[in-house]
Amino acid sequence: MNTMTKQPASAKKVATFVASAIVLAVLPFIVGGTFGNSWVRTLDFALLYVMLALGLNIVVGFAGLLDLGFIAFYAVGAYTFGLLASPHFSLDMPFWITLPLGALFAAMFGVMLGTPVLKLKGDYLAIVTLGFGEIIRIFLNNLNAPVNLTNGPQGINLITPIEVAGFSFGKPHEFFGITFNGVYMYYYLFLALTVLVVIMAWRLQHSRIGRAWVAMREDDIAAAAMGINIRNIKLLAFALGALSGGVAGGLFASFQGFISPESFGLLESIMILAMVVLGGMGNIPGVILGAVVLTVVPEVLRDVIGPLQMATFGKMIIDPENARMLLFGLALVVMMLVRPEGMLPSKRRKAEFEDAKEGV
Amino acid sequence: MDIFIQQILNGLVLGSIYALIALGYTMVYGIMGLINFAHGEVVMVGGMVTVSVVSALMAAGLGLPPLALILIGLMVAVAACMLLGFTIERVAYRPLRKAQRLAPLITAIGVSIVLQQLAILVWGRNYIPFPPILDHDVIQIFGASITRLQMVIIVLCLAIMGGLLLVVEKTKLGRAMRATSQNPAVAGLMGVNVNTIISATFVIGSALGAIAGLMVATNYEQVHYYMGFMIGLKAFTAAVLGGIGNLAGAVAGGILLGIIESLGAGYIGDLTGGFLGSHYQDIFAFAVLIVVLIFRPSGLLGEKMADRA
Repeated sequence: MNTMTKQPASAKKVATFVASAIVLAVLPFIVGGTFGNSWVRTLDFALLYVMLALGLNIVVGFAGLLDLGFIAFYAVGAYTFGLLASPHFSLDMPFWITLPLGALFAAMFGVMLGTPVLKLKGDYLAIVTLGFGEIIRIFLNNLNAPVNLTNGPQGINLITPIEVAGFSFGKPHEFFGITFNGVYMYYYLFLALTVLVVIMAWRLQHSRIGRAWVAMREDDIAAAAMGINIRNIKLLAFALGALSGGVAGGLFASFQGFISPESFGLLESIMILAMVVLGGMGNIPGVILGAVVLTVVPEVLRDVIGPLQMATFGKMIIDPENARMLLFGLALVVMMLVRPEGMLPSKRRKAEFEDAKEGV
Repeated sequence: MDIFIQQILNGLVLGSIYALIALGYTMVYGIMGLINFAHGEVVMVGGMVTVSVVSALMAAGLGLPPLALILIGLMVAVAACMLLGFTIERVAYRPLRKAQRLAPLITAIGVSIVLQQLAILVWGRNYIPFPPILDHDVIQIFGASITRLQMVIIVLCLAIMGGLLLVVEKTKLGRAMRATSQNPAVAGLMGVNVNTIISATFVIGSALGAIAGLMVATNYEQVHYYMGFMIGLKAFTAAVLGGIGNLAGAVAGGILLGIIESLGAGYIGDLTGGFLGSHYQDIFAFAVLIVVLIFRPSGLLGEKMADRA
């Protein structure tokens, strides 16, 4: 069915692939060498957000189900990892248990959310997912009494970094006489998992399931008439999206070493949605671009605004944090107005968009 | 029993404010099919402007009576919010009317962030107390107490909602609004200026938002740049609960949500044997929403959507 893989890879494709692999492999050194380690950290976060955005893209982009509570799955993955590998319960399970378990729990939560809302459409679904996300956050925030499950607003501290055969990703290591900080190690780990998620999303999109999602998104009744089991593929979309979210959450917990309910608010869900929509809903390269841009731009603004004000006015006129968010909000509006179909729209969406513009 | 009545009264106050804000969401949704995420921020601006104007007038030392102060503040706030609503629609939504459905949602979020940050620039990050001119007289009803101010809030909300329903059902503007919400293209063919109607919807919704902002400010006696967020979310939930796009539904949903929330907050400790405390209050809104939508997928009063769009 999938003709893409059967064609021999053209020389150009191979060259692009090799080139991007090399760029991705040396990127942290260039970035870290030029701007410092905090920017490698930003790269790590960009990769986490790519995973999250790709997960949400399965639900929103492929299956057309608007989810405003996606961060809940990230939270489930993070808390599973955090609770099983931290002093909070005096547990120290290895990551190859906690990470898959977190992903599994997240997928289960995805099905749990999906089952009652099967009949809901469009914005009704959106508001229920939003409510679901808030409910999860409120529980995380309050489940410190009477039994201390989540340690409430203080969150969970001292989460074990990922460790493979005695090789901890949390500590600096020396290779070939150069010391590598933990952020470099995590970069390659995240990169590997991001590549896995990309492959998963890619293979799904071009599979029978992917086509079923598109059919459902465009017209669920016609899709059902064609023999697609709407219930199953809807739940599958929720579960697989949540799975990616759960993996990213577990990685976040081990990377950060600390999690609290604050990281899992509605604004985060909305940010991930913005990455998907701004990048180009349903198009994997677009979504990746959206996630990277929306992670990196606020960080660049953080570094640029303060010194720029000092240089031009000789003093701080606007609080930098304030100015940063202000510009970020403006950027969201302007980018959307300039490219309403997203930065890299999928071919199908682009065609639809042009039809709509011409009023067809 | 006293506690029960007290919670019902508290719920009515909260619920009528929710309802007023929910009307703004539901009007816009009914006409454009758009979740106007920035509406909560319009409410915030309404509250902020009122407090600023009242404070400024008091500082000017004109010796105006409290009611006059509040009325002037409200008028300025309503005007400011109407202008704001009009501008938001023109800048962030109108260019995207034919774009993909989620594009205006993202600009709405952008506008919401921008408004919050502008509010920080103008008013700072701290809570601003409402000037001490509010009347705290308490009225006793069946052993429960309610302030006169809260009574005014409830009555005023009901009056405004009634007025809005009259406008939508009886006037030419209302008829044009209903026509546009059914089918903008055909409404345009029938001589309705769709752009004007959409602008009017935003302006009316924002005016209601400004009034709601004042009510929130007087009820909690403080304002804050972030106050629009949660209350906007709740109000939107209320609109969906009642059946989004339906005005009576927004009112019913708002009042119901307010009452459920305050009853829930009052009784959750007893119901769960102290396991869950009143800080779970916010869960009620969403839990009720989910349960209602499972049984009535288009809300309490929403029309049953045909399966074919």
